[in-house]
Amino acid sequence: MANDPIHQFVINDIFTLGTIGGDGTAGSGTTIAFTNSALFMVLTVITISVYLLLSTRGRSLIPNRWQLSSEMTYEFVANMVRSSAGTEGMKFFPFVFSLFMFIFIGNMFGMVPYFFTFTSHIIVTFALSMLVMTVVVVYGFLKNGPRFLKLFVPSGVPGYIIPIVTPIEVISFLSRPISLSVRLFGNMLAGHITLKVFTGFVVSLGSLGALGILGSVLPLFMGVAITALEFMVSTVQAYVFAVLTAMYLNDAIHPSH
Amino acid sequence: MARITIAQAGDTETVVVTPEFDSVGGDHTLSEGALLESTEASVDEHHTEVFPPFDSTTFASQILWLAISFAALYFIMSRLALPRIGSVLEERRDRIEGDLVEADRLRKKTDDAIASYETALAEARSRAHVIAEQARAESKARIDTERQRIEDDLSKKVAEAEGRIAGTKQKALDHVGEIASETAQAVVGQLLGKVSIADARKAVATVGKE
Repeated sequence: MANDPIHQFVINDIFTLGTIGGDGTAGSGTTIAFTNSALFMVLTVITISVYLLLSTRGRSLIPNRWQLSSEMTYEFVANMVRSSAGTEGMKFFPFVFSLFMFIFIGNMFGMVPYFFTFTSHIIVTFALSMLVMTVVVVYGFLKNGPRFLKLFVPSGVPGYIIPIVTPIEVISFLSRPISLSVRLFGNMLAGHITLKVFTGFVVSLGSLGALGILGSVLPLFMGVAITALEFMVSTVQAYVFAVLTAMYLNDAIHPSH
Repeated sequence: MARITIAQAGDTETVVVTPEFDSVGGDHTLSEGALLESTEASVDEHHTEVFPPFDSTTFASQILWLAISFAALYFIMSRLALPRIGSVLEERRDRIEGDLVEADRLRKKTDDAIASYETALAEARSRAHVIAEQARAESKARIDTERQRIEDDLSKKVAEAEGRIAGTKQKALDHVGEIASETAQAVVGQLLGKVSIADARKAVATVGKE
């Protein structure tokens, strides 16, 4: 099944570390392994670190183009955090920057044929968004104490509306990690499936003879177009994730709307 | 195309899935084949047929490695990469600001120099005007006195010359009577004979008086 659009998401163990729980029999418990997903996470981290550290090695006053690209990324995320969460939010700049780069490079790795896209796994994006939410809640309570709960009671709302508004606010807050993770997961998953299906058409139609080759031109163009679209989606989704993180952190810093 | 039987045996519920191979249809074999193939594709890993992203057996490994890699990334970013880029940017901003301040200072200095140069120029120009005016007045006065002196000198000389001319004329006029007498004596002597000089003089004087 070379054309199976789902096959690209299958997790393969590269080596196994051990089993947690279970009764000792084969197949029971949870296997902890270094998988292809983990490999690409590690590769992403290495790529980001090596790139940023090597490109700024010179620390030159007049940057070369490598250093400039790192500086522009820095400035881009810094401006985003500053505009969303204010100057106080800059203490979370390394966190947002790491998130943005991790997702961005992870998505970009996904665009390379035969590479695994770890952001197309709901557990990864969910874990990342839960991390964001944990940071928001913990920091919100640490900094503001119980005043953090004012987040759910918008100021300037008449008293009789509060019983209606507060549950809505609570639900919207609780759905944030879900929307944050599903947005990224869904975009990456759907994009990769679409890409695979369209390019799969090219191969299937092409094997049908002369008419098939003629017919495969259209899905080929679609495949090229979707590839371009996917590059854009990869960038935009990383940006969206980072912007939303910065906005949620802004809630933790300034809980009253 | 499978019959699912739920049999109640004692206290356990057993689900028995019995493939029905006897109810053969063309469609059936195809799906059977596809099923077999897809099972083979993923049989080596996690032996599940669930959609891979929802395969919960992989969750623990993924979360573990996500935590490790993201923690490493956060550490490297917050300790090494970002402070370095930040310091480079800071240094550059400081340098640019310093340069701008320095440029501003130099510009102010230039402006001051230009202003002082201009006042000096204006002062020098007005002084030069005064000096020129003074020199002109001086030379005019000198020329006037000189002219006065020369004019005086000339008029004196003219007056002297006129006096001399008048003297000479007078002298000449004085001699006219004598010459006339002598001429008259000579003429009369030639015409009438001898006449004394005294008579001639008297005659000339008489004529002169008429």
